[in-house]
Formats: sequence, C-alpha cells, structure tokens
Amino acid sequence: MTHLTDAEIRDLRALVAEMIPASTTYNVPGADDEAIFADILKSLERDTEDARTALRQLGEFCGGGFAALDSARRRQVAMTFKDQGGAPLFALNRVVLLCYYRDDRVMRSLGQEPRPPFPKGHIVEQGDWSLLDPVKKRAPIWRRV
Amino acid sequence: MHDKVDVLIIGSGASGAAAAWSLADTKMRILCLEQGDWVRPTDYPTNGRDWEARLFADFAINPNRRARETDYPINDVNSPVKVVNFNGVGGSTIMYTAHYPRLHPSDFRVKTLDGVADDWPVDYQTLEPFFAENDRMMGVAGLAGDPAYPLHHPPMPPLPLGKSGQRFGRALNKLGWHWWPSDSAIATVEYDGRAPCINLGHCTPGCAQGAKASTDITYWPAAIRAGVELRTRARVREIMVGPDGMATGAIYYDAEGREHFQPAEMVIVACNGVGTPRLMLNSQSGKFPDGIANSSGLVGKNLMFHPFALTYGYVDEPLDGNHGPPLNLWSQEFYETDKSRGFVRGYTLQLHRGTGSIVEAITSTAAGRLPWGEDHHKVYRSLLNRRLGMSTITEDLPEEHNRVTLDPALKDGNGIPAPRIDYTIGENTRKMMEHGIARSKDILAAAGASNIGVEAPILNGGWHLMGTARMGTDPERSVVNEWGRCHDVRNLFVVDGSIWVTSGGVNPTSTIQALALYIADQIKRHLGEGTLFE
Repeated sequence: MTHLTDAEIRDLRALVAEMIPASTTYNVPGADDEAIFADILKSLERDTEDARTALRQLGEFCGGGFAALDSARRRQVAMTFKDQGGAPLFALNRVVLLCYYRDDRVMRSLGQEPRPPFPKGHIVEQGDWSLLDPVKKRAPIWRRV
Repeated sequence: MHDKVDVLIIGSGASGAAAAWSLADTKMRILCLEQGDWVRPTDYPTNGRDWEARLFADFAINPNRRARETDYPINDVNSPVKVVNFNGVGGSTIMYTAHYPRLHPSDFRVKTLDGVADDWPVDYQTLEPFFAENDRMMGVAGLAGDPAYPLHHPPMPPLPLGKSGQRFGRALNKLGWHWWPSDSAIATVEYDGRAPCINLGHCTPGCAQGAKASTDITYWPAAIRAGVELRTRARVREIMVGPDGMATGAIYYDAEGREHFQPAEMVIVACNGVGTPRLMLNSQSGKFPDGIANSSGLVGKNLMFHPFALTYGYVDEPLDGNHGPPLNLWSQEFYETDKSRGFVRGYTLQLHRGTGSIVEAITSTAAGRLPWGEDHHKVYRSLLNRRLGMSTITEDLPEEHNRVTLDPALKDGNGIPAPRIDYTIGENTRKMMEHGIARSKDILAAAGASNIGVEAPILNGGWHLMGTARMGTDPERSVVNEWGRCHDVRNLFVVDGSIWVTSGGVNPTSTIQALALYIADQIKRHLGEGTLFE
C-alpha cells in the first residue's frame, strides 16, 4: 500500500494526466483514469520514496499545490519538471508506464492481446533462410592458431 | 556438525552444476551448497500480466534492485558497469538470454597472437569434446557451418529468423559482412523432456515453458538422480583450512541464520567472478591472512566484464517486437584482430529482436524520445515493435586495478562482508566499443533504420564476471593451475568464470561450463592416478 498523503496523491494524479493524457483519437484513457491510477498507487512499492521525492520537487517547482494550478500552468510546470526531475522522477515515470501499458483498453488499442505470454506464447515466422547463402559461401574467418 | 563429504561444491549455477554432474559417476559423496532457492516454473514473470513490471522488482537483473533475501548486496558505486546476477538453483542461468557462443581458438592465445595479456594454459582443441558434451547436456540450438568458428554441430535447429532477423540479414548481406544464427541454449524442438520454445519473448528472467536451458532443469535433475545432494538456503561464509594448509570444509548459514560446519575432503568453488573472490577473501586464517589461496595477491584482481554498447534504431514496419528469444543472430565480422582499426582483439555484434511494450516506453522516455502530453500516443505508436537493435560485446582485457575487494561496511543478511567493485573501462576496450557503435550504425542505415539511439556502456550490463582467480602455470601470476586446482591449497578448486585468463568477446556460459567439465574430468583422472592432491 502507498504511504502518500492525500495532497501528494492529488498532485500525483494531476501529474500523470500531464504525462499521458486521454486521447479520443486513439480511444484510450489517460494515466489518471480511475483504474489505472489505482494500479499506479498500488504499484509504487519499492519506488515510493522516489515518488515522494519527485512530488516534493514538483511542489518546490510550482510553489506547492500542483493539482490546484490552472491547466495551462500545470502543463508549463510539468514540462519543465520533466527535464529537471532527475532519477526520482524517472522512477515515478517508470511506475506510471508499467501500469498504463498493461491496461486492457490500452493494450487493445495497440493491437495487443491483454494476456500473459505463457502459456499461449507467440508465433514467429521462420523467415527466408536463403538469405544466409552468401555467408555460407565465405571461407572461414576464424583465426587459426 | 554434519557428516564429512568427499566433495563439497559451493554454488549451483552454470559451472557448479556441470562439475557436480560430471563427478557424480565417481560415486563419491558429493554435496552442493546453494544460498538461494529452487525457482518453480510458476514463479516466472511470463505467467502473469505483470510480466514486464517484475523486471524492475523481484526479477530485476541487478541484485541491489531485486534485493531478495537470498541475494547479497554489491557496492558497485565505483564502476560504470553494474553487476547483474541471480542467486538460486541454476544461478545466473536462471536469468540469462541463453545466447550461447563459444570462445574461439584465438581467444586462448592472445599473448602469442597479439602481444597482450597472457595465453591460457588450455586451448580450444583441449576443450572441444567438453563443449560438445555440454551442448548435449544443456541442449543447444544452432546451425553448423558458421565460418566464424571451427565446425561444430549444435544438436537442435536454430531459432527462427523472424522479421527482424530477415531485415538484419538483408542489411548485412548488402554490406558483405558476416552474420549467422547464434548458438542458443533454447530447445527449438522437444529435447530431453523439455518442451520447445513458444516465443514467450521474455527469456532473461526465466522461462516458464522450460525451453531455456538453466541448470536447474538440465544438469541438476541428472546429478541428483546420480546421487548428488543439493542443499538450498545454505549461504557459505568461509572455507576453513587445517594445520596442514588443506581445506577442511566450509561454514555456512541456513535460512534461519543458524551456523553450520560442513566438513569435506575437497572443496570446489563455483560462485561466479564476484562471489568466488568474495568468498575466498572472506576465508582468512593464520596461514592465509589475505584470503585463502591468495599468496599471489591476485584473488579479486583482473575483473573483466565485457562492456556492452547498445545501438538501435527504428524502421517503418512492425517487426517481431519482443516475440521470440531476444537474441537469435550474431555477426563476428570484427572479431579477430585487425590492427588497422586502432585496437587489438575484437567484438561480437549481437543482433536483437525488439522489446516489450512497457520496456519500449520506459527506455524511450529515458532517451528523451517519448514525450509527455498530447503527442505521447502518436510518438509511441511510431516506436512500438519497430525497434532494431544490436549490442557490441567487447573483449575486456585484464587489468589488476579492476578488482573485487571486501567492502568495509556493507554486509549481507548474515553479516558477511559484501563485495566492492572498482572498475574502469580500458582504453583498448573503449576504442573497440566506439568502432562497434560506428559499425552498428552502418548496419542500421543499411537496414533502413533511423532515429538512432546509443547506450554505452550499458549500465546494468555486468552479466559476465571473469578473471578474479585466474588460471596459469606460474603460482606468482595465477591463483589456480591449468586444471583449476589452487596453487596454494591442493584440495581446493575453482571452476567458474573467475579462472578466465582473458575474456574473449562472446557470452561466456558455454565456455565456463566446458571448462568446468574439463576440470571435473581432470579431477577424475588425477583421482584415478592417485595424484589429486600432490
């Protein structure tokens, strides 16, 4: 379970909406979607401290209360923060991506089956092995000793 | 106090498993101590929807990130390459790509051929039957006839080319450069009770299908059937010596932290190029105040890593993505020395398939390629499954300042001093890496890729741990002799990558295991002749 405060959670939800907004073009939710955001909070785990650090830095960037900023200002702060947030922000961003790209709706929009790889696996074509013919004709290139 | 065994093996990974299996036919009492657990097939990430997320958690390749109870911490702050490993039955064969090249004949003669480092006291020809035996035991897929190698015959057909392999093949043919399906320790057909690969595409953190050869499903079942005992959750603190200077056994901790002494007639260390020097340096006594078998002062020195450079780009059509084993081809066009390139020795280019969808998002974010905001979705869709990448795996030459020592403060869960890594990339290796990146860009251009990215060195790229208890005939310049026995302690052997004299420019597991089988064979031969401890 996360140990973020309510204020941190509000700022985080506003931040992830800037990272990955919903799109009508691609028919996908944003990272602040209720189910995806719940997954993010649940999945912070060993990255919780980095997340807190990133959110503290975010607060320092905007003078506190990121979620309460108007949308234009939020976007402006977020873009600056993206470039300057460093390792803690990267760890937080990673958790967001881990949760967003395993959401069923997102996966379907990408043409992927929402399932684990095992046990069904995947098909990989053998390909055209005649491509190897020119290499087969080469003399040995290993060095004799 | 436990009953004395004839052979005590410490570590159940690539080399320990091979040695245990080979020695089992002597009918000696053999015990292997392993600090980790068995990993069940149902534990592997590909069983669940969180399969990519677990790469950053309990199946992270970096033990400091993974931080399982069965892991030990590593102080790698002073190294641009971080150590990666796995601790459990099978060791790091649980967590490898199963890309399975052999060293080449020239790799054993670098001093003679190129005037650098030292020649090995063994050669390719000597190891050839052990390579073949190991290929059979592990189950290797590949294609005979590679012009970059002496002829050998992998027992199974190669992994499929797929879309990415064909794209690489056409590009390399255009350039007139070598490429070949790699030897891979992955079953492509039913093999020795193992089901064939179904392209789960996530080989590194363990294979739920059991197609990838890790020693928990290859050597260990055979060794255990032959009478070898494997004791898990047994973390060895130190090897003990008697008044005569011979090893008497080892002290270890069980899962509850209880201390045990396991006596043995002989001890074989198989803990990898970091774990082995750590154990030897921790094994201090009146006779060996600087660590057991360390009169040369070389235990822990000459650490070699194979610094990797990753170069990748994106093409205009969907390729295989992460479907299928991630490495299925290699190019060894630049493997053998050509001094006109500005360096000696050479490198392999490992040709990759793509990544999973989440890893693509994370790495592209890290590279500044994937934006936040409205454009995120559009850019992401231009990247997903379109990645074509390759790794330059460079030959790392031994340098004594690259070393494993004991950290003065950091300890594992049992209070055992942890290893500290001090490592810099040598000038020859750096030039080689730059050359490999440039040639990789040539290949990507020929393949029609753009939006090129480079990561050099790969940060979490310390998969291959070698050189820290090197073999040789001179006791002042090596730790073990030409058949793995410590010069200083005649019933103590080392069989893992620590004993490598030089690194070659290929993944080491195949050669590590062939060497372990060779050393086990030498042990049996000397045992038969009554000269094992002479």
